[in-house]
Amino acid sequence: MNDDTRKEMACQELVEVITDYLEARLPEVDRGRFEAHLASCSACQEHLEQMRAVVRLTGRLTPQSLEPATVDSLLSAFRRWRDS
Amino acid sequence: MAPAAEMRSMEADLIARLRGGDEAAFSCLVHTYSASLKRVAIAFVPSDAVADEVVQDTWLAVLNGIDRFEGRSSVKTWIFRILTNRAKTRAIRERRTINFSELEDPLETDQPAVDPARFLPASHSTWPGHWASPPEHWSASAEDAVVGRETMEVLRRGLESLPPAQRVVVALRDVHGWPASDVCEVLGLSEANQRVLLHRGRSRLRGALEVYFAENA
Repeated sequence: MNDDTRKEMACQELVEVITDYLEARLPEVDRGRFEAHLASCSACQEHLEQMRAVVRLTGRLTPQSLEPATVDSLLSAFRRWRDS
Repeated sequence: MAPAAEMRSMEADLIARLRGGDEAAFSCLVHTYSASLKRVAIAFVPSDAVADEVVQDTWLAVLNGIDRFEGRSSVKTWIFRILTNRAKTRAIRERRTINFSELEDPLETDQPAVDPARFLPASHSTWPGHWASPPEHWSASAEDAVVGRETMEVLRRGLESLPPAQRVVVALRDVHGWPASDVCEVLGLSEANQRVLLHRGRSRLRGALEVYFAENA
């Protein structure tokens, strides 16, 4: 075991591996360090909660699709294709 | 039926209906995928209008190629492959300096999630790398139920101003709800690079909201 695996995770390291953590892709040993740090650091708890809020709120944005007129012209093209 | 098998049988049905000239089947596909197709196209081409054209071309190519579709990949994979090929060709034709090297090698540039100045230096005797300027609590303004239109607008503008590779990854994952595996396949990304782009994009959006909440507390 090298030194890193036992060393406490610093806040600056935690903010860089937060997405790996949320994606469940953090190696076991780092997940332990992540959770140990989080348990005693309210600033990092806030930061994690903000990242989760970003994900939730982004999920409420409406995807921008084609203009209705473009969809209409696609459906016309479909009819020409079908009838050709 | 297992979900995968169910999906396959639904797709086979859709393809059969499309070949038979069923307009509802085509309309359903167009409505399901056009927004995400446009999202991918805009990552390659210089404008919204060109992205629309690429999406339209893609649908025409789908119709003209439907008889040759053999079902070796999913319909979704097939359609998006047509789109990315067209978008890349179009980008070259538009002589766009493909601003997409970040997609190939996101690790090339170092972009911290949070300004390093907000942490104590590594040389600090007791708290190296710990917060010097910790994030302020976002309070009620970030509660999902009361988030206002203005906040959502800040987020939308933040998303649109991300670098193209981060923007397309965050949009597909978080707006369109795609699984990581689909994003990797369509954009030709490794899982690790996909995560780097997602992380940088989400971190920038957090930063944009943080500034907004601080100014409007």
